[in-house]
Amino acid sequence: MAISFTINGKPTHVDAEPDTPLLWVVRDHLQLTGTKFGCGAGLCGACTVHLDGKAVRSCQTPVSHAVGKKVTTIEGLSADGMSHPLQKAWVEEQVPQCGYCQSGQIMQAAELLATNKKPTRDEIVAHMNGNICRCGTYTRIIEAIQKAAGA
Amino acid sequence: MTTHIQKLSRRSFLVSSGAAGIAVTFGTLDNILPAEAAADFTANAWVSIGPDGIATIMSPAVEMGQGTLTALPACLAEDLNADWAKVHSQTAPDNEKLYGNPKFHGHMVTVASKAVDGYFEVMRLAGAQARKILVANAARILKVPESELTTEMSTVVHKKSGRKLGYGDIAKQAKMPDPMPKATKADLKPVSQFRYIGKDLARVDIPLKVNGSAKYGLDTQLPGMVYASVLHAPVQGEKAAKIDDKAAKAVKGVMSVHSLPNGVAVVGKTLEATMKGKAALKVTWTKSAKARKWSNDTLAAKYTKIAGDWSHKSVDMLKNGDADGAIGKAKKVLAADFVNDHVAHCAMEPLNATSLVKDGNVHLWTSNQSVIDMELAGSIAAGTKPNMVKVERPFLGGGFGRRTDWDAAFEATLLAKQMPGTPVKVVWSRQDDVMRDMYRPFAGQRIEVGLDENNNVVGWRHRIVAASYLARGIPPLFKALKGKDPVSAGNGDFRYAVPAQRVDYVRAQDGFQVGAWRGISAGYTKFAIESMVDELADTKGVDPLELRISLLKGHPRAIAVLKAVAEMANWKQKRPDGRAIGLGYSDALETHTAAVAEVSLDSKTGQIKVHHLWAAVDPGIAVQPKNVMAQMEGAMLFGLGAALKEQIHLKDGVPQESNFDGYHVNRMADVPPIEVKVISTNNRPTGIGEAGVPVVAPAIANAVARLTGGKRLRQLPMTPKRVKQALRGA
Repeated sequence: MAISFTINGKPTHVDAEPDTPLLWVVRDHLQLTGTKFGCGAGLCGACTVHLDGKAVRSCQTPVSHAVGKKVTTIEGLSADGMSHPLQKAWVEEQVPQCGYCQSGQIMQAAELLATNKKPTRDEIVAHMNGNICRCGTYTRIIEAIQKAAGA
Repeated sequence: MTTHIQKLSRRSFLVSSGAAGIAVTFGTLDNILPAEAAADFTANAWVSIGPDGIATIMSPAVEMGQGTLTALPACLAEDLNADWAKVHSQTAPDNEKLYGNPKFHGHMVTVASKAVDGYFEVMRLAGAQARKILVANAARILKVPESELTTEMSTVVHKKSGRKLGYGDIAKQAKMPDPMPKATKADLKPVSQFRYIGKDLARVDIPLKVNGSAKYGLDTQLPGMVYASVLHAPVQGEKAAKIDDKAAKAVKGVMSVHSLPNGVAVVGKTLEATMKGKAALKVTWTKSAKARKWSNDTLAAKYTKIAGDWSHKSVDMLKNGDADGAIGKAKKVLAADFVNDHVAHCAMEPLNATSLVKDGNVHLWTSNQSVIDMELAGSIAAGTKPNMVKVERPFLGGGFGRRTDWDAAFEATLLAKQMPGTPVKVVWSRQDDVMRDMYRPFAGQRIEVGLDENNNVVGWRHRIVAASYLARGIPPLFKALKGKDPVSAGNGDFRYAVPAQRVDYVRAQDGFQVGAWRGISAGYTKFAIESMVDELADTKGVDPLELRISLLKGHPRAIAVLKAVAEMANWKQKRPDGRAIGLGYSDALETHTAAVAEVSLDSKTGQIKVHHLWAAVDPGIAVQPKNVMAQMEGAMLFGLGAALKEQIHLKDGVPQESNFDGYHVNRMADVPPIEVKVISTNNRPTGIGEAGVPVVAPAIANAVARLTGGKRLRQLPMTPKRVKQALRGA
């Protein structure tokens, strides 16, 4: 069925079953592959996107929940793909290794900074603990978030 | 952007038509290759320079987070004297003749931390030769002798006249010099002139990884592509006995259902349709696999028994002197048994592959660590020859050894063969990825150390019992090595001075397919060795650091990392009550690594807490020191996970873990402060991606032993249950 929502500021319509995870709609129907599939169970955070500004696990979010709402993916976090304070901090701190989880990490962190301008280390850990990085870039992620918060 | 050469001829230097640029291949391989590799290696890397001066440098290894797309082109740019701002790094295409790793029989495999190790000199010589070619052309253009020309930052300079020519300007009018300049080691820059090697360049892949534009195998999108989800047999080696696919086929969007050698595939127009279809399949499995017989406890008991039975048939991995005899006559023998469970890779990108079969050709898009393995997968599945298989090399969402294996590519090609002209994308679920993993081998080990009346070592023997990676993965090599398996049973050798040493291997064959896992055998053999070295120190009543230093006499690099890490961790300083520190050293990958862990122990719950990790590492020349640090941090966390909690439980051979709720990898809250010191020395650069793994478990175990009055943990992972068992035991 036809489903309408806003993706990265643009209205869009997709033909998908309403119970389809938003993840597949974003990645395969809309070909915005920056959002990643990691576990399919809301356990790793690789698929994190914003739904009306709130970080959600898109693998656990049926596309029907997005109807009429604003979806933001990593591709839409900043206009040029590099100017969000977190993106800049991620580059400055050389955070990513394989990079696969980093879209989700950045989207999760963006939600934190939107509501808490100066998070403590503990607040960062509490907010980010659902996002797995198998390469082990956690320390750099914390440093980058602190840097972005200080910017 | 530069135009790349269309046809590469091994023994030619090509000038492309028009002003598109020059492209260089190196026809003097025999002269520029390291002697040890010349026999197996048939081509090396190359560079093309555009009229805009951009040097496009082919990076022969795949980027999986280890920074190779920056480090290898930097080596070439160094001796090309290129301006890094004018370098474009590109992952090389699947051409083993041109880009094979001399350390891997000329294959394009990115494993065992051997990219910089294998390609370092090749890249540098390639850069030096390209520079000579540019200088020769500049001499012709400027009508001056080559000897009056120098190069700096992508420019040829004629000091006498003050004239300069950019590499791009030369490229526009370049011709093939006759004779071709040859590059030898004498042409390479001295260390003192390095601009990029040993300095820190921003990694070129990182900007792509903060905005979603980096492309991984799973991101492959092709016109007309269909999807497939595979329901796998719960145990390796089994297949579907009975398939009821009625409900699956009724799912909207499902196109067809196919029986595969070890599973059932649902093909459909969308990924979500195939996943629904997979969930609706009803399959009865053969339940015939050998692995069905085993659980962790029964495997541990079996391997421990074999490890302790020196009359059991085995293959010597190493034999210096008569260790058996020395131990037989020893005054005292220290003996210990070690066991480690299977651990899973859990790369964040689940396994996947997209395959297109058309007119007898196979085209594969899959994040992979091995071109040859993908070629074999594609060719066997499609019934064609390996050279008919084109393998793309996108970024890897984590490799850790898993992506040397070919199972997803094989499945995708089996399906693609049945629908010629249609690309088929197989996507494994996380459950598939965990349950069908090729785990790091389950191993049993025994070490016996014979001592004289003064507690000096007279003999050391070490038995390793584990399934063979080589026998499954590279059978011809296993055969050529006469049953030795340096992958499953390597790193029993060491630099410690012992008068007699024997390391032997017993291949276990219980139906488990094992794989390469970051650090592989070093993760368990060094655990056993380093634990025993601490037991030896206790027996002798000496400091474990001092003992290691004395046993490593004549190995100054080893001693240097030990002393460095001791200083970082304030080794001599007393710790607060309830805390202790422990040490581990590893020479795996020919890299010297030492780590100290500070831990505490909750004796009621059995929980170990790691408060701090320190490491010092000497990888020879650290090509990108900050990246070495990042690799060490990541590898130490891999080691930490395997030391404390990563574990696959088998029940009747069926893995009980299937996702991150049961299989616990480190999360942010689990990470202790980690400090790494990189000691760059003027030695050949050696492996770094895995060097941080093997030192962590022994450092923790040795620290814990100081809190338990010498009761030791000899099983990995060191779970609370095992800690409590150890505390109860003798």
